[in-house]
Amino acid sequence: MDVTLKIFRYNPEKDQKWHYETYVIEAEPTDRVLDLLEKVKAYNDGTLSFRRSCAHGVCGSDAMRINSRNYLACKALVKDFGEKITVEPIMGLKVIKDLIVDMEPFFDNYKKILPFFINESPVPEDGKERIQSPEQRARFDDTTKCILCAACTTSCPSFWGSDDYLGPAALVNAHRFIFDSRDESASERLHVLSETSGVTRCHTTFNCTVACPREIQITVAIGELKMAMVTGKLD
Amino acid sequence: MNTHQFEVVVVGAGGAGLMAGLYASRTAKTAVISKLYPTRSHTGAAQGGIGAALGNYEEDHPEWHTYDTVKGSDYLGDQDAIEFMCEEAVPAIYELEHMGLPFDRTPEGRISQRPFGGHTNNVTGKPVRRACHAADRTGHMIVQTLYQQCLKNEVRFYDEFQVLDLLTVDGKTAGVVAVELATGELHTFHAKAVIIATGGHGRVWEITSNAYAYTGDGTAVVYRRGIPLEDMEFFQFHPTGIYKLGILITEGVRGEGGVLLNGKGERFMEKYAPTVKDLASRDVISRAIYLEIREGRGVNGSNYLYLDVRPEVVNKYAAIDGRTNPDGSAYVVTGEQILAKLPDIVDFCRVYLGVDPVTQPMPIQPTAHYTMGGIPTNKYGEVVIDDKNTVFPGLYSAGEVACVSVHGANRLGTNSLLDLVVFGKYAGLRAAEFARGADYVPLPADPTAFAREQFEGLRNGSGKENVFDIGNEMKKVMFDDVGVFRIEAGMKNALDKVNELQERFKQVKVQDTGKIFNTELLNAWEMSNLLDMAEVTAASALNRTESRGGHAREDYPERDDQNWLKHTLIWKEDGKLKIGYKPVVMTRFEPKKRVY
Repeated sequence: MDVTLKIFRYNPEKDQKWHYETYVIEAEPTDRVLDLLEKVKAYNDGTLSFRRSCAHGVCGSDAMRINSRNYLACKALVKDFGEKITVEPIMGLKVIKDLIVDMEPFFDNYKKILPFFINESPVPEDGKERIQSPEQRARFDDTTKCILCAACTTSCPSFWGSDDYLGPAALVNAHRFIFDSRDESASERLHVLSETSGVTRCHTTFNCTVACPREIQITVAIGELKMAMVTGKLD
Repeated sequence: MNTHQFEVVVVGAGGAGLMAGLYASRTAKTAVISKLYPTRSHTGAAQGGIGAALGNYEEDHPEWHTYDTVKGSDYLGDQDAIEFMCEEAVPAIYELEHMGLPFDRTPEGRISQRPFGGHTNNVTGKPVRRACHAADRTGHMIVQTLYQQCLKNEVRFYDEFQVLDLLTVDGKTAGVVAVELATGELHTFHAKAVIIATGGHGRVWEITSNAYAYTGDGTAVVYRRGIPLEDMEFFQFHPTGIYKLGILITEGVRGEGGVLLNGKGERFMEKYAPTVKDLASRDVISRAIYLEIREGRGVNGSNYLYLDVRPEVVNKYAAIDGRTNPDGSAYVVTGEQILAKLPDIVDFCRVYLGVDPVTQPMPIQPTAHYTMGGIPTNKYGEVVIDDKNTVFPGLYSAGEVACVSVHGANRLGTNSLLDLVVFGKYAGLRAAEFARGADYVPLPADPTAFAREQFEGLRNGSGKENVFDIGNEMKKVMFDDVGVFRIEAGMKNALDKVNELQERFKQVKVQDTGKIFNTELLNAWEMSNLLDMAEVTAASALNRTESRGGHAREDYPERDDQNWLKHTLIWKEDGKLKIGYKPVVMTRFEPKKRVY
């Protein structure tokens, strides 16, 4: 089948302004949108720029807007979009070139929630693992799946409309540590989340949950954070 | 001039690079440079587990792990290094847990473990639960946890900086040159010690489980500076890639009871590995799959087979095998348990194949997976450059890019994650220790000259050739002729073809003349690396006239310990390939026939 692929283009070294280019590409229904971008780069325009690495949805490099919704280009198959596909950069982060955006503000937000395990108590005397029951482990399983692709954060209207909202991805990672029975710094993280840039900016639009390529129940996780802040309890 | 000075520079930020950075930065001024954001590294794609004889479900010992690894390596692994790794495995896993890694848990709250290919109880020969896992995203949890700990410890990162050259002066390390992707500027990192941790080069082959980023950058960079590469003929083809796409389906599927079935519905691994069957070593299973297909027993006469983890199939064969749970009860699984233990595998199959593994079998074929060879090192991560293991001062390497060698001719599943955690740590410690006692070697007069020269070549070609066409031709010939089975005529054909492609590559011209995120230029440079890796792989393979582990020759079907119980070293000197050898380190295990 032929696919009409419309791609957002912007070359900061040449263009005054962004524009779209359209390419007609031969494709299989099972091709990934990433495969189509690779074909354009190989045979139509070598300057087309985008990030990608694993090509099967686990590294988080290629979050893009495809037909007006965020996906990983490597998990978006042609058959699910039809013959007309529009690809644009994720929104709310500055476009650097074509489909590449400035990820630094995204990672800066991530770093604000203390995204690392904190337990300064001595490890067990035998040097072995800290004990955690399967139920305790299951409590934060969903949010360990985050690959920091930014599909959620850049689909969030509150993030688009704010200079300082942490965004869903940072909250997901806060959840991962706050609900880990072994971690000792939930209160510090909840304090970060209680500031005006934190969870109160979430207005439960569910865009993040729809966008997440890892199917993390992000809105649920944020709801649990809100509840923990209100009740002071983590169960 | 963009010149930076660090005592230790780590190149690559996957598991090995992060571990090295974490340890080196404790005592030395350290930078980690990586062409990807660290969490994008290919370690994150590792699925099934990390091996360590914790014995959380049943009796196990580091000595058993050592023997299994030696046997798995087809006796080409260095036994001192293997023993070191398997002993270090146990504290390394506990350290990861103490760093917060969310392993799955046993009912008692300890780290959960599952069976994996080639890991056995050395008394009974039966599979043992040794792979510590976090669902089927163990590598993801490792790379996340290590990156998080690096942030906690304020390790200095240069994200999206791609290495282009290693700087050496009078046989000593002086630093590296890298390009900043966002600006196109070249940066010189002046260092006392450099740790190369850039991963493998599985993009050489057509069907591959490897990321686009896996282009052998670190290996190519040191090779061009006259450092030899070791055992490059040994490359692992994982038996279960998704048909046509190559995306990995973890061995953990078989660990949880999944079985391989041919087109006639037969569990063919019973013939090839009567004791451990579907949990034999990867090389053994990949060959069995090829043989089944060659004899016309592919599914519908095609070149794929089924991996089947439907609960009724798992339970049927578990009953036949007499498989039990740790408490002695019969092993029985439900669809929900499969989904809980293998969520990502289920997702991959649903997305890419439209197949639900809980109710349908998965079409699979062997896929290029892991570089056993690489930059020669000793067990402390020090790069060694000849048959006497002479250390190259200030140069270190760890992870898939390195060849210690703990994997020899065939790596056991779960040992790659273990390798990068253990040897990443020791490379970091040793590099920092070296830096304490060493001065900076003065930089060469024009440090970026060689990097610029390589880029100039890519910008100024005639434009007659297309990089992607060259790449596709390389991938096809390497998969067909330097794949699971090999024969002299095929390998000669591949080597000739790669040499032809290297010539044609000189006619490539990059269209993008810009500096900002010039991914076209970088992809073209990466292709030059892949061509070099393909060349040394084909040449090393052609040279080794025996079959051992992942190197299976139809014209020399037997292992030949008399002549070939030795490592290959390969250099390029004055434009010509030179091959040498070094002995395998043997300690306790005499080579014997390898039967599973």
